[in-house]
Amino acid sequence: MTEAQRTAETRTAGKVLIDGSMLIIEALARAGADVFVGYPITPANLLYSYGARRFPISLAAPDEISTLQWMSGYSAAGRIPVTATSFPGYALMVESINMAYMMELPMVIVLAQRLGPATGTATMGAQGDLLLMQGTLSGGYPLPTLCISGMEDCWTISAEAVRMAVRLRTPVVLLTSKDGVMTLRSFDASSLPPIEPVAHDLYAGEAPYRSYEPKDDLVPWYLPVGNGRHQVRLTASTHDRGGILQNATPEALGNTRRLPEKIERNIGEFAFYELDEQEDAKTLIVSYGITAPAAREAKDLVRERGGAVSLLVMKTLLPVPPAYWTIIERYRRIVIAEENLQGSLRAVLFGQAPREDVAQVNAIGRFVTPEEIAGEVLGRG
Amino acid sequence: MDKRYLDTEGLPFCKGCSHHLIARAADKALAKLGIDPLDVVIVTDIGCHGIIDKRFSTHTVHGLHGRSIALAMGISASLNDPRKKVLVFIGDGGTTIGINHLIGAAHRNIDMTVVVHNNMLYGMTGGQRSDLTPGAFRTRSPIEGFTEKPLDVLRIARDSGAAWACRIAAHGDISDAIVEAMRAPGFALLEVLEICPSYGVKENRELKVTEMEEKLGLPLEKHVNEHPATADVAPRAGVRSLLEGLAPIPVRHGHSLEGPLTIMISGSAGEGVQSAADIFVTAAISCGLEATKKSAYPVTVGVGFSTAVVTVSPARIEFTGVRKIDWALASSADGMQYLSKHIEGMGGGTVMADASNAPPATAAAVKSADFRGAVPPKEVNLLMLFTLLEMSGIFPPEAFADAIAGTKLGARIDPQRLIEAAKVIGSTIG
Ligand SMILES: Cc1ncc(C[n+]2csc(CCOP(=O)(O)OP(=O)(O)O)c2C)c(N)n1
Ligand code: SF4
Repeated sequence: MTEAQRTAETRTAGKVLIDGSMLIIEALARAGADVFVGYPITPANLLYSYGARRFPISLAAPDEISTLQWMSGYSAAGRIPVTATSFPGYALMVESINMAYMMELPMVIVLAQRLGPATGTATMGAQGDLLLMQGTLSGGYPLPTLCISGMEDCWTISAEAVRMAVRLRTPVVLLTSKDGVMTLRSFDASSLPPIEPVAHDLYAGEAPYRSYEPKDDLVPWYLPVGNGRHQVRLTASTHDRGGILQNATPEALGNTRRLPEKIERNIGEFAFYELDEQEDAKTLIVSYGITAPAAREAKDLVRERGGAVSLLVMKTLLPVPPAYWTIIERYRRIVIAEENLQGSLRAVLFGQAPREDVAQVNAIGRFVTPEEIAGEVLGRG
Repeated sequence: MDKRYLDTEGLPFCKGCSHHLIARAADKALAKLGIDPLDVVIVTDIGCHGIIDKRFSTHTVHGLHGRSIALAMGISASLNDPRKKVLVFIGDGGTTIGINHLIGAAHRNIDMTVVVHNNMLYGMTGGQRSDLTPGAFRTRSPIEGFTEKPLDVLRIARDSGAAWACRIAAHGDISDAIVEAMRAPGFALLEVLEICPSYGVKENRELKVTEMEEKLGLPLEKHVNEHPATADVAPRAGVRSLLEGLAPIPVRHGHSLEGPLTIMISGSAGEGVQSAADIFVTAAISCGLEATKKSAYPVTVGVGFSTAVVTVSPARIEFTGVRKIDWALASSADGMQYLSKHIEGMGGGTVMADASNAPPATAAAVKSADFRGAVPPKEVNLLMLFTLLEMSGIFPPEAFADAIAGTKLGARIDPQRLIEAAKVIGSTIG
């Protein structure tokens, strides 16, 4: 050891060595989720093993369709279920997620992305599933999708996913990727804010309960099936406010119309993002998930080299919060960085049409690097 | 008890359809049980039989085609209360597409009664065959006779572990069978043989519902399992926070790092690469450093290589991709094979290798020594990391030794001996 050896400046209470999976599961449980239904798949296996330990109820399902159906049953009966999967499992869940959306059942699905298509490479991260989230629901309705962009998000955004699911009576997808859930990191756990458990908005009226009679915020009161006070009817088919199957009657179509409205109208309450704006910047870097750390470093690199740039890390991905458009409008050039080839976030934000003012930085099979993003900003910015 | 469960006005089925008979029998069975309608959850599948839910005054849940048993499993397990009854209506179509759910719920003996409306065809979609359609039963679809022998759901349920399973014909009053099913302790399956007037009668003119047993070879039998194995679905008390067991790592040592440093260490599965790296990272944190660690290994974790990528830094680590490898450590042939392509690409830094495996041509400084000859295989990776500390001075080896002492390896391994060995090797290759 040399004399030059310095004593650490930050003599904090001490950091822990932890992976994102542990923070996610702990946060979900503290926020009120009480059931974990799992079917193993890499890179969600740590979430599975922590979920099995942490939740008062944890079950090993025989497949992912069962997983989503069991969760729906638990959700209908008053609990808040959670699962964790990756693309192959999610693909099997799609019809059942539609069911849960239509029945308005709160639940959280953690989706740890990996490289596809198909089985792809189980041990390699990716950001290839955003458009699947956008297209999960028949009719193109918004499936609330939050995204984790760092260790702190594993805690706060996971808790918000539970709150959102219960508040809006809907399945919520929590998007992450291999690196977000498997990398071990030094982390100061003492700085984590407390998490308040959420509870259902329970119907307390005397009049017969109608499962899909909306409150002013368009979200219906909740009551579990099996309760001894009021009959509860849930259905995945087009239905009236009482939960009775109807073909396309005006009331039933009105109910279907309410489903996206309920989420879009309340999205402001769940618009989570990180914004670092620099005066005079004409370029905005937009990123999310596992590419967000590279984007943060890219922003610093550009500024170190005397450039001006702003950064928007989107944590609420779907539906797109209107606040994003206001931010984007302030910039002449948008650089979107994400770990896929086609540009999923770009397609969500700007469609397929070529645009001079939108640039992409993409990669598969490896991270997008800070240097690539900074190069794109400086090269033409 | 005079409770009304079913509104029999305008039932939604075709004239003469036995689905009527089952719905009315369920109503009668619930009355015989004298159960409060709000203690009953009826879960219906997609198919003609499933559109009955609006006529019941119980709780009703109408889900997807084939998934009603799985949905009911979640409800039943959540309620976990023998006074609450979960009743599932499903067709032979739903049973076919969701047979794994039937097996799964029977296997766990989840408390529910499943009534399989077996009219031997998909009524709602126009009379096509299901896996429960016997070869001798004719349908309009051209794949006639494809399945000679139908799936025997009764035996599937029995063999999977159901408490109770019975097959009857849709004839007369079947309410007692439903009562018996609902009283069974756990999973009960009642298969009711029917003929669909709209798609099954013309095609099977000579067939009567009372003759189905004999003509189609479907024995009307009952299986009672006296000792079903029932899954425990009760919530566990006393689950604990995952963070509880995670003691913060106190900062007890210093370091000499000015910027981030990335180490790749690769060896053979089973020789403790991952635990050595975990302990190394813990030691780095105890020196006030930030650290990240990733691992790579084949899906069959017990053979081949095992690699850890560790980055330590005096500042917060944002991006965890590898920009540049500062140290590449190969402790075995497997490790060298994995690291070769990385070592070739190194523009500087140091390669440390066990003498038995020569690294490929590289711009990095190569340091070879007989690490494997110095300690047992399970300590080779620890020794290489001690040697790295000896050569680089990034943090004191005592921090690594303390971290080892804090794990269960501490009882088996004497870090002092490794420190000494590292000094000897370091002085020869350093
Ligand atoms: C996943 C899926 N595949 C296909 C269908 C179309 N479908 C609706 S009902 C049905 C068959 C119904 O037959 P069965 O379950 O025997 O009930 P029945 O109508 O005879 O009472 C099918 C295939 C569907 N709803 N969902
Ligand atoms: S089509 Fe057949 S199964 Fe469906 S209601 Fe009519 S008779 Fe019954």
